[in-house]
Amino acid sequence: MSMQRREFLQLLAAAAAAGFALDSQELLASQGAEKFYDLPRFGNVSLFHFTDCHAQLLPTWYREPDANLGIGPASGHPPHLVGEHLLRAFAIRPGTAEAYAFTCLDFAAAARTYGQVGGFAHLATLLRLLRANRPGALLLDGGDTWQGSATALWSRGQDMVGACQLLGVDIMTGHWEFTLGHQRVREIVDHDFAGNIEFLARNIKTADFGDPVFTPYTLREIGGTRVAVIGQAFPYTPIANPRYLIPDWTFGIQEEEMQIQVDEARAKGAAVVVLLSHNGMDVDLKMAARVSGIDAILGGHTHDGVPAPTLVKNRGGQTLVINSGSHGKFLSVLDLDVRAGAIQGYRYKLLPVFARLLPADPAMAAYIEQVRAPYRARLEEPLAVSEGLLYRRGNFNGSWDQLILDALLEVKGADIAFSPGFRWGTTILPGQTITMEQLLEQTAISYPYTTLSEMSGATIKALLEDLADNLFNPDPYYQQGGDMVRVGGMTYTCAPGARIGSRIRDLRLAGRPMSADKIYKVAGWAPVAEGATGTPIWEVMADYLRDRKTIAPRRLNLPTLIGMEHNPGMV
Amino acid sequence: MDKLRRIVLRGIGSGGALAAALAAGVLKPTQVLAAEWNKSAFEAKDLAGALRGLNASNAAESRDILFRAPDIAENGAVVPIDISSNIPNTTSIAVLVEKNPNALSAYFDFTSGALPDVSLRLKLAQTSMVKVVVKADGKFYTVQKEVKVTVGGCGG
Repeated sequence: MSMQRREFLQLLAAAAAAGFALDSQELLASQGAEKFYDLPRFGNVSLFHFTDCHAQLLPTWYREPDANLGIGPASGHPPHLVGEHLLRAFAIRPGTAEAYAFTCLDFAAAARTYGQVGGFAHLATLLRLLRANRPGALLLDGGDTWQGSATALWSRGQDMVGACQLLGVDIMTGHWEFTLGHQRVREIVDHDFAGNIEFLARNIKTADFGDPVFTPYTLREIGGTRVAVIGQAFPYTPIANPRYLIPDWTFGIQEEEMQIQVDEARAKGAAVVVLLSHNGMDVDLKMAARVSGIDAILGGHTHDGVPAPTLVKNRGGQTLVINSGSHGKFLSVLDLDVRAGAIQGYRYKLLPVFARLLPADPAMAAYIEQVRAPYRARLEEPLAVSEGLLYRRGNFNGSWDQLILDALLEVKGADIAFSPGFRWGTTILPGQTITMEQLLEQTAISYPYTTLSEMSGATIKALLEDLADNLFNPDPYYQQGGDMVRVGGMTYTCAPGARIGSRIRDLRLAGRPMSADKIYKVAGWAPVAEGATGTPIWEVMADYLRDRKTIAPRRLNLPTLIGMEHNPGMV
Repeated sequence: MDKLRRIVLRGIGSGGALAAALAAGVLKPTQVLAAEWNKSAFEAKDLAGALRGLNASNAAESRDILFRAPDIAENGAVVPIDISSNIPNTTSIAVLVEKNPNALSAYFDFTSGALPDVSLRLKLAQTSMVKVVVKADGKFYTVQKEVKVTVGGCGG
């Protein structure tokens, strides 16, 4: 019995003693789930990667999408496989713990059986297990770490800074981090992170002279092997999020310079070159085909939990493209066998973090307890009971967003409501009480204003076309990685495979065709323009929920789709 | 070094930078003073008209023009682009924005020996093809790229 397995069994015993539901542990064990964590070491260089945890310090629920359409050549390939299509492609048996982790299938029932996922204290335990036989392994954080919870918003990311230091993160890059404003990012990177966590972002430059703002890449030694890690922040941060929060910085994909930096790292003796990316998986795949010399891309942003790497061929050989899911639900383990200055083989596993199988690490649990203490009363305020499942993820709508749309329409007296296509936000099970903390897991941003504007039918159509193109443009470099704006009050038809200008059709309000010249009242939140004001979305929602006390299951307003009948990116 | 360079450049300002470029012989004063202002090209309302005005309607695609522009503009009002021509004896670089009210946005002449390498900021009314036309040895060469202008928001 390996050291690791023995320790694991001890942990299981400890969990049982601590009163964890043993039936689900036995079920997990009977399916061999404990073997997820009994990962023999392979090779001599190991990398751990998590991404897009969105500040979820505690275990949570997170339902994967039922719609993640791939258009054109992306259709039918990871990450654009959902539900049974994903299970088939990766040979995962339905009804298992893995099926629960990777898909939306029977989510509420599976969630009750297999329990919550993620949580930094549980992740810390998993890392302790894996590090035991992987000396020198690096822990990479793909970003979207300092945003997504009440405590991250109220402490301006400080709770996550401390948690990542305790977890032993070595290197990170970012996206939502920048919505805390450039000064706050600088403060954390220059002071808190000095000497412990390296913040890499090769594609952020000063807007005036194009000087680098952050370190582009770093060279580390793992067991005598030189490993280069290059950081790529989300290329479209100033477009998808408010530019005024980072007024002096410019971003972008910057592909040409990527090749130069990869070559430079090789010239400095790197036997392994890894890109820590917040591109989004479609952009990663295109970049892997066009830039040569990157051994692996460890990516995030689009929240795709993909069970196996995609091998992409390019001029220099091949690149493994890995995306590691979101919300602390998964940890990627990449083991490399590096000899004679080159990779001879690899093993990869995307490990679901089942909180019931991994007892909380005491030091991390104590830290989390301490950062939550000052806010506890506000966090735990019950607002309403949800009768149905509330989730966000999906290309066109989610029940949490539908609830927000319904509230905005009523509270603002609007004809139409828009809610942004964010992919972060946890899930509420039927019968669960929605607390202020859970409301903030859907809404905690630094530009939370609700708005009411007048828009012509023509403007609304142009807006929907523009946003649909950000999602469905067949060229990944023109995609921004969010989902489609959620729409309430009106209906439309969408042809994702069409060109911009002809995707959005048949716009109707109360069943009657909308008019291009007519003016409509449109409610929304999260405006990216400078100077916008309005009641924060969580205040509007908290009042609405307190007033209702019970939230009936939502009926989703979804567009009628054209040409997607056989797309395996939908169930 | 970096900081010093930035302070110096800030101190000069854009007018000063232009004067410096003139002194260095990068730009011919006659062009700047509009003595050879190409009225028909600059006033053309569409791409075809502007290309006719430049006599460049039959420009050949070239891989020897390095053209950097963002895929998606962070701000349509200020779109940074860089152009550098590796074609020998390059004498001019023109930049055209297909969907702008006046397609021809910029025109640079180079005296012999000057490096045909320019950086500028474009204003884009909407998503558009941006076309670069290089003149070398009396012949015209071109490269183009689409730059998307989007309302943004709703990402990630």
